[in-house]
Amino acid sequence: MNTVRSKSAEHSVKVFRAIAVIIFGALVAYFVYSTTINHASRYPFKYGLDLAGGSHLVYTANLKDVRKGEEADAMSTLRDVIERRINVFGVSEPLVQVEQSSVVSSNRVDRLVVELPGVTDVNKAVDDIGKTPSLEFKLVDKKAAAAAQAMEQASQNASSSGAKISNVTVDGQKPGELYKTTGLTGRYIKHAQLVFSNGQSSTRGLNEPIVQVEFNADGAALFKKLTTDNVGENLAIFLDGTVISAPVIREPIAGGIATISGNFTPDAARELVRNLNFGALPVPIELESTQAIGAALGDEALHAGVYAGIVGFILLSVFMVLWYRLPGLVAVIALLMYVAMMLALFKLIPVVLTTAGIAGFILSVGLAVDANILIAERIKEELKEGKELDTAVSLGFSRAWFAIRDSNIAHIIAGVILFWFGTALIKGFALVFGLGVIVSLLSAITISRTLLVALKVNTTKSLGRFLMGSGFTF
Amino acid sequence: MLRYQTQLILLPLIASIISVVAIVTWGLTLGIDLKGGSLLEVRYPNGRPTVDAVHAAVAPLNFGEVRVQPSGDKNFMLRARDLKPDDKSKLLAALKGAEEVQFNSVGPSIGAEIMQKAWWAIGLVIFSIILFVAFAFRHVSKPVASWKYGVVVIITLVHDILVPTGLFAYLGHTRGAEVDVLFIVALLTILGISVNDTIVVFDRIRENLRINIDKHRKEPFGEVVAHSTMQTLARSVNTSMTVIIVLLVLFFIGPVATKDFSLTLIVGMIAGTYSSIFLASPLLVLIGKYQKN
Repeated sequence: MNTVRSKSAEHSVKVFRAIAVIIFGALVAYFVYSTTINHASRYPFKYGLDLAGGSHLVYTANLKDVRKGEEADAMSTLRDVIERRINVFGVSEPLVQVEQSSVVSSNRVDRLVVELPGVTDVNKAVDDIGKTPSLEFKLVDKKAAAAAQAMEQASQNASSSGAKISNVTVDGQKPGELYKTTGLTGRYIKHAQLVFSNGQSSTRGLNEPIVQVEFNADGAALFKKLTTDNVGENLAIFLDGTVISAPVIREPIAGGIATISGNFTPDAARELVRNLNFGALPVPIELESTQAIGAALGDEALHAGVYAGIVGFILLSVFMVLWYRLPGLVAVIALLMYVAMMLALFKLIPVVLTTAGIAGFILSVGLAVDANILIAERIKEELKEGKELDTAVSLGFSRAWFAIRDSNIAHIIAGVILFWFGTALIKGFALVFGLGVIVSLLSAITISRTLLVALKVNTTKSLGRFLMGSGFTF
Repeated sequence: MLRYQTQLILLPLIASIISVVAIVTWGLTLGIDLKGGSLLEVRYPNGRPTVDAVHAAVAPLNFGEVRVQPSGDKNFMLRARDLKPDDKSKLLAALKGAEEVQFNSVGPSIGAEIMQKAWWAIGLVIFSIILFVAFAFRHVSKPVASWKYGVVVIITLVHDILVPTGLFAYLGHTRGAEVDVLFIVALLTILGISVNDTIVVFDRIRENLRINIDKHRKEPFGEVVAHSTMQTLARSVNTSMTVIIVLLVLFFIGPVATKDFSLTLIVGMIAGTYSSIFLASPLLVLIGKYQKN
């Protein structure tokens, strides 16, 4: 009697554990449900551009004028500047990221990825971002600039001695070999302001608008060194790749203030000042690729994805219950909990869901059930050898474990490499896939096992044998 | 037994040869994300014009070759060289009555870089898996050394990705299907998943070999493999079946963007399932037999 009682007590504990697991699953599911219907929730699903609609822009940065070792610095300044610009035109949750060509790539390319959710007018976005001026100071190579000097001579005669830097305009001059990079660029600008010349210095008469630029400490030091070392040389000022003026350096300039005059109209000067204050680009950038997805298309994809997920789950459940019967039903319950846990993780981490990510999730549901199949088949084999259910379940589980572990490791290998391979789109897939593998492995060890050992089926009776059987055998 | 198994190899062998021939004859049509270019999807809410009319409308823009493909009932997909946003506006203006659905333009250098990375990724996955399989089966050395299990897995995996690639060479030729980044992702995923079935069979071989040693039973290697393959047949087929079920649903009712992706995976999964039975196991037996002689 004693042994019977202890055996049934042992079974009660197992049933209790199984109920606890199911309650846990229900709580997770409730969390997902309540945070989804409540739109003000702190844990919404996050959707990528292909589901929510928006623009994705990739810029290539031209770093050939940046000193070795300072590339990362220049790129992060670039990112900050662009981010500031975007914040001005009010997009919610923009993403501005620096990306570098991979280690396997032969030449280094630095890129800036800009994601603007909800912005489908890509032209306007590109214009707004592109408006930011890039400002550079370059020395004029005297020999190479022989031709240009004739022009300079003419205007130099007209210039007055009053200005710190005399005003020489070489309109329309394209940047080329005759300019030497100095390293002094818009990234060193602390502040810019609009002033008007006092009347005598201008080639265009009274009150010519002049833009006064104040450098930060590093910039001021650089500017001082530059003007000290190169007295008598011409310093060309490039705005967006075009020379706007190339004044002669008369004397070393301390204090870090430079004036730029270049036949500005008052409006143009005012705009330049504003743009410089918002941030001049430290390096020139070029638009390399664009993607704009309409909100309707994203919505359609989201609905189709969710619909496919639900239908796929139902078909999978029908297959499992028909083929594996009672263990199949256990697998479906475990799978429901898997889905609930994954969705909860998507919200908590949070994972940005994309079309590929949803496909990865649906795929992972099909894979998550694999462990249950391996276990169910093993249990069946053990039962066939005449073992009792308890023994069959624990033996079946431990024997199936090696195959489950090994195949999941293979998945994880693929997942990790996919993540490394990935652009944003692929990373979404890889993250969901990898997360799915780990969660399904954990749920196979804990949930499926706990539920299976709690089963009490008399396998000596034909109904019991039927319930634990599978396929076309009765 | 061995004779029977050797013949089984014919099926994956023929499938591989057909795929290679398809790839060599037709080649693969690369998507814009791999070779650069642009794609504009437009919608004509009031009914769309003919393809010729669209060609005529865009011809004056001098954008080079513009390929026009109908999509759904009211949409067109226009493919051209990589266009800047300004160019796109001109294109959209030329298509009177059309609304933009999506626009994607990729510079050629990004595409080339992804392509390069893709080769590395495929190589890395295969290499990691062979290392892993050799490691997992390191205690199995008789009669076939563990690293040879790894080699068999590689041959199987190459077959598994050749078949969907061959299919896309054919689809590219007949229907203009493109090989894009998602296709490569699908191949990488197939590599990770289809090795499962092979691992399940090999795991059983490993176990049966151990049981034979424990029981001092002498069984020819070919018999052990055949025996193990039969024992695991149901689960190999069923684990693939569950994945194929959800993928079929994704293919038929899922988002348009992942249709080709799910098709690639379905074909790869089917190839992966039969290759573990018809290719991996017989190869292992052949290696065992070859060693004896």
